[in-house]
Amino acid sequence: MTLGRACVILALAIAPIGAFASIYGARTRRREWVAVGRRSVYALAAVLTVAFIVLESAFLRSDFSFQIVATHSSIATPFFYKAAAMWSSQEGSLLLWMWLLSLWSSLVLFLTRNRLRELAPYATAVLLGFATFFGALVVFLANPFQLLSPAPGDGTGLQPLLRHPSMMIHPPMLYSGYTLFTVPFAFAVAALIARRTDAAWIRATRRFGLAAWCFLGIGILIGARWSWSELGWGGYWAWDPVENAALMPWLAGTAFLHSFMVQEKRGLLKMWNVCLVLGAGILAILGTFLVRSGILQSIHAFGGSTLGVPFLGFIALLVLGSVLLVASRREDLRSPEARSYSPLSRESIFLMNNVLLVGLCFVIFWGTFFPLISEAVTGNKASVGPPWFDRYTVPLAIGLVFLSGLGPLMAWRKTTLAGARRSVQGPGAFAVVVLVALLALGVPAKPGALALFACAAFAIGSVVQELYRGVAVRRATASEVAPVALVSVVRRNRRRYGGYIVHLGIALLFIGVGASAAFQHVRDVRLSPGKTATIGGYAVHYVRATSRVAPEKVTLGAVLDVSKDGRHVTTLRTTRGYYPSPDPTAGPVGQYFDGDSTTEVGLKAGLRRDIWTAVQPDVGAMQKMIDGIDKRFPLAQGDTQRFLLTAVAQRYVAAPPPAVFRLIVSPMVEWIWLGGIVLGLGGLIAIWPPPRAQRSRAPASSWSARLGRELSRA
Amino acid sequence: MQFLLVMLVLCGATALIVSPLYGKRRGLIGDDAEQVALEAARDAKFREIRDAELDFRTGKLSKEDYRALDNSLRSEAIELLRRLDAARGVEVAE
Amino acid sequence: MDPRRKRRIRLVVALSAALMLAGGLIYTSFSAASDARTPSQLLASAQSGRSYQLTGKVVPGYRVRGNELDFRVRDRGGRASVPVRYTGEIPDPFKAGREVIVTVRQQGGTFVGQRDSLITKCPSKFSASKGT
Repeated sequence: MTLGRACVILALAIAPIGAFASIYGARTRRREWVAVGRRSVYALAAVLTVAFIVLESAFLRSDFSFQIVATHSSIATPFFYKAAAMWSSQEGSLLLWMWLLSLWSSLVLFLTRNRLRELAPYATAVLLGFATFFGALVVFLANPFQLLSPAPGDGTGLQPLLRHPSMMIHPPMLYSGYTLFTVPFAFAVAALIARRTDAAWIRATRRFGLAAWCFLGIGILIGARWSWSELGWGGYWAWDPVENAALMPWLAGTAFLHSFMVQEKRGLLKMWNVCLVLGAGILAILGTFLVRSGILQSIHAFGGSTLGVPFLGFIALLVLGSVLLVASRREDLRSPEARSYSPLSRESIFLMNNVLLVGLCFVIFWGTFFPLISEAVTGNKASVGPPWFDRYTVPLAIGLVFLSGLGPLMAWRKTTLAGARRSVQGPGAFAVVVLVALLALGVPAKPGALALFACAAFAIGSVVQELYRGVAVRRATASEVAPVALVSVVRRNRRRYGGYIVHLGIALLFIGVGASAAFQHVRDVRLSPGKTATIGGYAVHYVRATSRVAPEKVTLGAVLDVSKDGRHVTTLRTTRGYYPSPDPTAGPVGQYFDGDSTTEVGLKAGLRRDIWTAVQPDVGAMQKMIDGIDKRFPLAQGDTQRFLLTAVAQRYVAAPPPAVFRLIVSPMVEWIWLGGIVLGLGGLIAIWPPPRAQRSRAPASSWSARLGRELSRA
Repeated sequence: MQFLLVMLVLCGATALIVSPLYGKRRGLIGDDAEQVALEAARDAKFREIRDAELDFRTGKLSKEDYRALDNSLRSEAIELLRRLDAARGVEVAE
Repeated sequence: MDPRRKRRIRLVVALSAALMLAGGLIYTSFSAASDARTPSQLLASAQSGRSYQLTGKVVPGYRVRGNELDFRVRDRGGRASVPVRYTGEIPDPFKAGREVIVTVRQQGGTFVGQRDSLITKCPSKFSASKGT
């Protein structure tokens, strides 16, 4: 019984105990039992932290008596990747999930320990319910602390494809997003159980929802960027099930972050909010499940995972429980009758927003699970590809970008017609100007792309206009210089202006997506050294072949010269690395070309366009030489092996057979990542607590005093 | 050594979890749900008032619309403050 | 217009839009999808000209010439295999024994893979198996 194993078993014991204590405390209204429940969460976090440290230190010390370390790391693995290798494994990633869940749960319960006394116990029980499920998985099905006896001398190392910084940050980001979504979920369930469906539960969990949305969004973008700059297929999004699995909860989160505001202000859209939050939580668990089950064909998923069935059961439980709970409380979710709003209002825009986002989520859900749906209906597992997804998601996305521009221009409850016209004409004119300019510049008239650019321009214009107006208002009341006024007005209205900046980021992101998707040039060419190919106005010249021999891999590659109109633009280096396979029957040289290979993409990124290339050396042409060497030196190892490999590699450089290059010129891809940064910044601003003076907890705030004065006058 | 650590963690966790049952802060939870709801509503109302002013100043609302909206919002806010004071007052008197 | 009626109108509009979208989705997904087939299923029932999604394991002994690939795909758990000729980007993890998905169309005696449709599954990163 090692310390780590004891800790996870203890965690599995603490979670249900805490859950029952919380429920008991809630029903008997006994403070001490509620506190027991809350402290169980703290204890869970502490215990899991110990387990996490134990496992992490095992990786860092290369302690191969742990099976998980032996199968995912090695002595030669660099330190950074040793640290991150923990979550490249099933067991480690589940432990990470649980640990993050316990951290956020502790945080939210600590922050609400003196408030929300009716809701907190039920929310605690829900969060501990999640912990119980994952704990059971970790203890019974996916033990990270499995020991090997005797301990091997070295491990098998990290998957070559994962040896990239992005791939190490991507899982923690995604998991933070997924686990943070459980917090609003838990409080929504609590609000329904306790029949307290006013905005209190929203207030407590809004920031967690926003943080979840930020982490998940950034995690998705990191994954997309990794795909573009590291993988050899030359794209950033393929509508693969695991990509969709992360996108769906994010869309639900986007919807509820907006429609929360309507409930806070007007008490409307209660049913929407509850359904969206419950949906986001369920989709987060579904996303966690999809990556590790075998039910869908995907680049990540594999058959035969033992966790599929328990996850499905848990998800079914969550869905059933949510539906029953919402159905039984639907009277409490009815909005007060008297409150209406005009179609020209923010409420109305947010409602349309909800509809579009849910629609988008449904499209993606349908397409992702279609193989199972079609199997149920026709008996055949059929799947739909990116063209189908694009057909439906593109119009919805364009609509959303348009709404993101229209929303800031509308007032709450009702916008005067004149006021609406005055607000819309600026950004509208800007959009038209941009459209005309694009057409005049000779941009091909692709309707989807142009509509997207026009809407994005509208959104950018709207944000800029609102920032300008806000600054003008501030200067009028406080006579500050413009930059200072900008900072002040953003500081004092963080939610509003943080949101506007997020919209700006989204617009930039979609401009990047539109341009790179619609106007990309792709060519596969076969080049010998000295030859040139043209693509998108650039001339790509194959200068020479390259090679490198290292103990862990053999690298063959090429140097390419890119020029435009005779002027040198950049030099691209692209390689393919060949890792040895552990197959004992392969020869000393052949085993390298029989194992995994990874592509090093040659990428020149730029604001206007990215130039991308990947090489596929023709190893087949070297096969005779490789086979000959393997036959003559079948047992070569160490230095001899290296010598032989070097001979092959040098032969490749000296007389390179024609290699196949994929060349891509993709406009404005970097705008996607740029938009993501702006998005993150906006999210950060929106989440930041407002300055002290504004918080209404301050007893003598100017508002209370003022209203108090009016009250006494009334 | 491992065994000692395990015992340490076990005892620590148990102590943390069970301690409230023997502590001083025992007893019934006060019913402050109404107060919490009112506070949330009040904060939201204040935000509405400020947002309405910002909407007016950035030109989305006409002066008449803003006046009417502001008046109704403020009277709603006053009502909330009254109810909040009443809820608090009840607690203090107890 | 009183709020209740407004609400009902909004509901009707939203529901109709949703139904139309759902209808379009459902209809096009069934017609645009390609059936998934294993090699043994393909051998039994492939129709010339229709495209299928072939899934299975790569048989050792394939030939690569630049970005032209001649390989065989066999059933995950059996021996039946089909030949595939594929042109396009060959994914990094591609090798004998790996699971692949490729969209193919029957042409004569062989199956021609659709350009760039070859996906190789990442090897067992996430199976809770005991041992490698």
